[in-house]
Amino acid sequence: MITLSHYLAVSAALFVLGVFGIFLNRRNIIIILMSLELILLAVNINLVAFSAFLHQVHGQIFAMFVLTVAAGEAAIGLAILVIYFRNRGTVAVDQADRMRG
Amino acid sequence: MTAALAFWLFAVVLLTAALMVITAKNPVHSVLWLITCFFNAAGLFILLGAEFLAMLLVIVYVGAVAVLFLFVVMMLDIDFRALRRGALNNLPLGLFVAGIILTETLLVATGWQAGQGVIVHEALAGPPAGMSNTQWIGSQLYTRYVFVFSMSGLLLLAAMVGAIVLTHRRRIGVKKQSIAAQTARTPAGTLGVGKAPLGQGVEL
Repeated sequence: MITLSHYLAVSAALFVLGVFGIFLNRRNIIIILMSLELILLAVNINLVAFSAFLHQVHGQIFAMFVLTVAAGEAAIGLAILVIYFRNRGTVAVDQADRMRG
Repeated sequence: MTAALAFWLFAVVLLTAALMVITAKNPVHSVLWLITCFFNAAGLFILLGAEFLAMLLVIVYVGAVAVLFLFVVMMLDIDFRALRRGALNNLPLGLFVAGIILTETLLVATGWQAGQGVIVHEALAGPPAGMSNTQWIGSQLYTRYVFVFSMSGLLLLAAMVGAIVLTHRRRIGVKKQSIAAQTARTPAGTLGVGKAPLGQGVEL
């Protein structure tokens, strides 16, 4: 019998893999963006699982909004990546200190 | 029984693919594993009775976002080997933080109790009678959440404008047709009648 906890556990593991991916590929912003997608996917699984087991539709609607934000975030992130590469010739983000921040 | 089997299949493949996304040496492989991830998450969504979101995930993520990633990875000439140098230095800290978060979230996920008045059903139930999942979502999305829905459309527009503004560049020294300049030309500005003296020609 698959319960809500199973889905929550899968989503938690996926979330942690996303966080771990950010640590593991700290210099490669492409993999960091993919890890962010994994994290948002974990959030979506959580929302949909709750929606299904509470017999409510609101979770699915919010998952849709999360999907929207994730798509926008990916577009903007990749655009920034492209101009960063154009200016610096690399995507190593640990050297992104041109603004002295 | 079949549903449980499908759940474990999707869950295991999903997590394995996620692990491959973050450990693959070649970013193109990472993107392909990411696509595998999205397909399996869509499978989980179908098991949960959210068919519309499952299809949305496949269309939006696999069809748009993953392809966008693939384009960027393949178009830019990036030395990925240099980027991986020293990646293992972060491994202990990463494992430490990931372990803490995993423990915490698993404790919450397994020990979680619903609040008062909230019923967590054991069995999954679909939409109300006579409705499909898509109709169910639409009936709420276009009534109760119509403002949020319009705002998310605006958000996508802003993201699109932002991406275009960021990546668009005007090239200098490239000959391009300017239709406005062409149509604004008048005979007065371009034609002239002059007298050519005999045997001397004219200066142009």
